[in-house]
Amino acid sequence: MNNKGNSEQGLFSVLGVVLKREFLSAYRSRQELANPLVFFIIVIVLFPLGVSPEPDFLSKAAAGLVWVAALLATMLSLDRLFQSDYDDGSLEQLVLCAQPLYLIVLVKSLIHWSLTGLPLVLLSPFLAIMLHLEVQHIPVLMLTLLMGTPVISLIGGIGAALTVSLRSGGILISLLVLPLTIPVLIFGTGTVQSSIDGLSVAGHFSIMGMMLALALTLSPFAIAAALKISVSD
Amino acid sequence: MSVALLKADELICERDDRILFTGLSFELFSGDVLQLEGPNGAGKTTLLRILSGLFSTFEGGVSWKGQNVRQYYSEFQQDLLFIGHKSSVKTTLTPLENLRFLMGLQQSVIEDELWQALEQVGLAGYEHVLCRNLSAGQKRRVALARLYLSKAKLWVLDEIFTAIDKKGVAQLEAFLVEKAQSGVAIVLTTHHELAMPGVKVLRLGQGVNEQ
Repeated sequence: MNNKGNSEQGLFSVLGVVLKREFLSAYRSRQELANPLVFFIIVIVLFPLGVSPEPDFLSKAAAGLVWVAALLATMLSLDRLFQSDYDDGSLEQLVLCAQPLYLIVLVKSLIHWSLTGLPLVLLSPFLAIMLHLEVQHIPVLMLTLLMGTPVISLIGGIGAALTVSLRSGGILISLLVLPLTIPVLIFGTGTVQSSIDGLSVAGHFSIMGMMLALALTLSPFAIAAALKISVSD
Repeated sequence: MSVALLKADELICERDDRILFTGLSFELFSGDVLQLEGPNGAGKTTLLRILSGLFSTFEGGVSWKGQNVRQYYSEFQQDLLFIGHKSSVKTTLTPLENLRFLMGLQQSVIEDELWQALEQVGLAGYEHVLCRNLSAGQKRRVALARLYLSKAKLWVLDEIFTAIDKKGVAQLEAFLVEKAQSGVAIVLTTHHELAMPGVKVLRLGQGVNEQ
């Protein structure tokens, strides 16, 4: 190409254009963004009512409860990730873009996380207090969620990309993806539990960090490949 | 004529146990307009998707400027404008925002040119209306505005005249002729009778191909 950098669009401009559009269309349908958040709150609020309001019991269950609710709430929002782009055909345009699809889907997944996972992280301390989790463990819980929810979004993105061309992909995503997110759940709750037991949490955080690094680097490849398959139907 | 821009070599495609076409070869030169014809289900859209690299379960080769498309994919994509059956217009965005995104994926955009392109497709005054509230024809026009801005050298257009009124079709045809004369190669499908001079026709269907 002889006119490189002239009329062609550079990588960062393309990513900027994608970023802007994602936030804009999320803002236009912002009531949808509240759904996973409301689900998250309702599950946690109902639990003491349904099982037991005892502070002893709740403080033990708090970490697992917040984590399971966060996992399910993120899962709930995943089928939206590529669906509307597939329906209106803009997914084809993203696939045809000359810039690497790997980076475009990474940006899309991270935006999705910042609109669903991040609000859950920010909301979690209030719910943890409601569940009588001792205050010194709350930062640990938040940090595990901060490292764990992007992993769920990225792994879930693979499921979303694979099922985007199917009419009823919603439940299939959960079936495909939930088993893969179990390690995240185990180490997420395990970290808080170690903190409660007075043990060191450094090892747990190392493993969570590894999962985050793996998800960030590898899952965009899988998502991009899955999207290409879905688009070619 | 110099070397062919786009060359399809012995394409074979089979879908759902039906052979859509075998041994399909053609060349497209700068300035050519190629219309794919055939009944519904003859494989017109499939062929367009093969040419643009979206559909990859076929045999044979597609080359762009003498280089195999599969190997020089990103160079090819930079030269390609594909407007599909689905118009890629997001209903939660305005025509201006849609156009800014769709063009921004491929080339740098100048704000004034976006406004001009929307005016040219008859959407002046609708720049800030959500596409959800536009008619089907108007939505299609948002996608067509890309044609007025594109610097791509190969246009692959699938049923672009759908839902466009007569006047709009005539205007678009004139524009396509003008663009072809300036060197753009165009492949399109339509069930309209094209009133364009010098259109090559490729007939698909029943496994028999004639050019």
